[in-house]
Amino acid sequence: MTQQITDSGSQVPDDPQKASLGRRIAARPQLVLIGVLVLLIGVTFLIQPTYLIRDGSFTFAGLRNSLLFAVPIGILAAGQTTLMLTGGIDLSIAMIATASAYVTANQSPQGAVVAIILGIVVGLLAGTANGVGVGVFRVNPLIMTLAMSGILLGLFTQWATTIFAGSTRMPDFVVTLGQGTLWDIIPYAAIVWAAVAAIIVLMLRRTGFGRNLYALGDNLIASRLAGIRSWQVLVAVYALSGVLGAIAGILMGGRIGAVDLQLAGFLLLPSVAAAVIGGTSIFGGVGTYTGTIIGALILGVLQSMLTFLNAGEAVQQVLYGSIVLGLSWVYAAMSRSQ
Amino acid sequence: MEPKPHLLEATGVAKSYGPVVALRSVDLSVAPGEIHALLGANGAGKSTLVKILAAVIPDDAGTIKVNGGLVSLAGPSDATSKGISTVFQDPALIPDLSVDQNLTISGISKSEIAPWLERMHLGDLDTALLVRDIPLATLRLVDLARALAHDPQLLMLDEITAALTPEQAELVFDVAREWRDTGRSVLFISHRLSEILDICDRATILRNGRDVAHLDLEGVDEPELVAAMLGEELAEAVEAVDEDAVAAERTYGEIALEASDLEFRGRVNGVSFELRRGEILGITALEGQGQDDLFNVLSGDHRPSGGQVLVGGEPLNAHSPYNAIRRGVALVPGDRQDALLPQRSVRENLATPLYNRIGRWFGLLRDETKRVNSAVERLDIDTRAASELRRLSGGNQQKVTIGRWLVAGFDVLLCFDPTRGIDIQTKAQIYELLKELAADGAAILLYTSELREIPLVCDRVLVMYDGRIVHEQDAISATEEVLLTAAHALEST
Repeated sequence: MTQQITDSGSQVPDDPQKASLGRRIAARPQLVLIGVLVLLIGVTFLIQPTYLIRDGSFTFAGLRNSLLFAVPIGILAAGQTTLMLTGGIDLSIAMIATASAYVTANQSPQGAVVAIILGIVVGLLAGTANGVGVGVFRVNPLIMTLAMSGILLGLFTQWATTIFAGSTRMPDFVVTLGQGTLWDIIPYAAIVWAAVAAIIVLMLRRTGFGRNLYALGDNLIASRLAGIRSWQVLVAVYALSGVLGAIAGILMGGRIGAVDLQLAGFLLLPSVAAAVIGGTSIFGGVGTYTGTIIGALILGVLQSMLTFLNAGEAVQQVLYGSIVLGLSWVYAAMSRSQ
Repeated sequence: MEPKPHLLEATGVAKSYGPVVALRSVDLSVAPGEIHALLGANGAGKSTLVKILAAVIPDDAGTIKVNGGLVSLAGPSDATSKGISTVFQDPALIPDLSVDQNLTISGISKSEIAPWLERMHLGDLDTALLVRDIPLATLRLVDLARALAHDPQLLMLDEITAALTPEQAELVFDVAREWRDTGRSVLFISHRLSEILDICDRATILRNGRDVAHLDLEGVDEPELVAAMLGEELAEAVEAVDEDAVAAERTYGEIALEASDLEFRGRVNGVSFELRRGEILGITALEGQGQDDLFNVLSGDHRPSGGQVLVGGEPLNAHSPYNAIRRGVALVPGDRQDALLPQRSVRENLATPLYNRIGRWFGLLRDETKRVNSAVERLDIDTRAASELRRLSGGNQQKVTIGRWLVAGFDVLLCFDPTRGIDIQTKAQIYELLKELAADGAAILLYTSELREIPLVCDRVLVMYDGRIVHEQDAISATEEVLLTAAHALEST
């Protein structure tokens, strides 16, 4: 029987040269995404040449602005990507970001390190609560995280004038992190994102935890029969999402310098959009963080383009919504045709 | 035969999934008034062809004629309206809806399907029940009734009898014969060759995505069919496996798994048995005698409502399958979809149970590749489509469900009907593997509905009826007749 399999194997005309263009593209979706990214940069340059060239020579300023916009989206989308792999989502992640930044600003008199740690603890607690709700009490992720978002907004609206009535200014260190650049070229925020990205990519590709995320989203029953206890994985991954939200929120706060309760709310839709653009399935089991990174960069460039076109935030939100809807439809159609 | 146009005539049908070729080029013609068998080993392309003819998936090349006219089928409902109805290999009913709601979705009224349900002896089926609460065999017949309600010219039945009792299968054959006698046709797929020879008139045989033979079945016997399906050499190899099967006499070790007065919600009623290392203990029963619940309890998926499971002499007290797995008890479930990650690679599928504890979350095992490769080799898994498990053939998928325990390791393997609906070649491989595992000291509990195979594989056999064990004997002397009598809870004479 080995013989038969080898025989038929050698007859398979699986020469990639012969595959159609469409198939080859479908096999390397990230090349397409990079193509889209380059195309968008080109279009933005045509709309506003100062995006890339100032005083006759190349400038990094335009791309840096796009990158700075992509950083918080990319970090929030790391949370969305890992959750979407399990078939979940975090609608509270932008509110967690805001709440964490709020606490960090409020605790800034304690020193930057303590303030940052307390901010991250807020994200960890809220995320863990989401995880317990979804993983242990089997609440639908949409409902659980939507409720968490509402609860956090209510609490912090109340607390803003009471227990957190003090500072709304970020610690200087965080401001440097949010605004400064290394050697006048690389934003510190981007370095933080790169570190986060390295950890997430490694986690998804090279750890048992990452395997469990894909397994849960692909087939819950098969995961259970393989001995995976879904509640453990879910509590951990929602907690991780909370921490990522906190990191993104603190960076956002640093970039602006001060916090209010509208700090990160508008980033919720783009955080989902970046993951969807990058090819992560909202049904779970399929996706990569490298795809999401390119998705976030695309949104960053798009933001620059829209700014040059004088399109306001309202137009941007319409666009993000349309992207999520349009791409969800395209991916659904693609997986049907396979 | 008069030269009427063929009811269905497919020429040069081809289909690839990415680099994997499922169908190279297949010709198939079905005449009016015949029952036509579609035969082939797993992965030969049978199910792909059926899905193309039912317009569930598009073909890459080829032409399809219905009643002599060229058609291009736009989708499943288009195929139905052109007179082709299909019962697919996996039930096509939505688990979370009731039978009634499922029928509404497929545009069939209750009055249209009622006579067919009656005919399947399902007249008293409560159609308000959720599909998920209905046994598989019943669902297959509901699926058939639904297909018949469309009053098709061509009825395609893909592995419908695999889950049915002999009595239920007879109902299906009756319908097939009626279709033939009224000038309509049936395309019949089954791994049970005796059925094929009983009811089919002609056969088309697929191998590696091509039609390799078109046979008139008049006067053909089973060995000839097997030879046509496998090619001569392989057929002999399969027979050889069967012959030395009974020979090996094993010595058993200590008791690995013990059930003591197990009960589960009135469906398992006081089951006790002992299973030793090195032993293959068979269990058989008619549909719905509590065998599924017994396996779920033994594997830690359900908690028993009474009695105890003992592993290595100690009580199991499992809260989830994890506890059983850690004690070395692994389950190969009856529905392979319950053991597979369809969108992930073969490698990830096989390695899944390795990472079920927090201590292993923070990296990958260093010897993962080695373990996975040795399982792939040992099971002879065809890895041409290894990047996505769903692209593997049914038999190869089935091998993966067992393979993941070869990778993770186990002491007791609970196999629930692991050879249902797979071809004889893969079946022989799986049985051979189970025997090897037992010889290496594993304890194996094997539920199978294939009575004839029990003496070939098992050492001892238990028969269940109404949640109890009603019969026990050495497998070597377990004839089909004796087992069937016991399975109906009749006194053997």
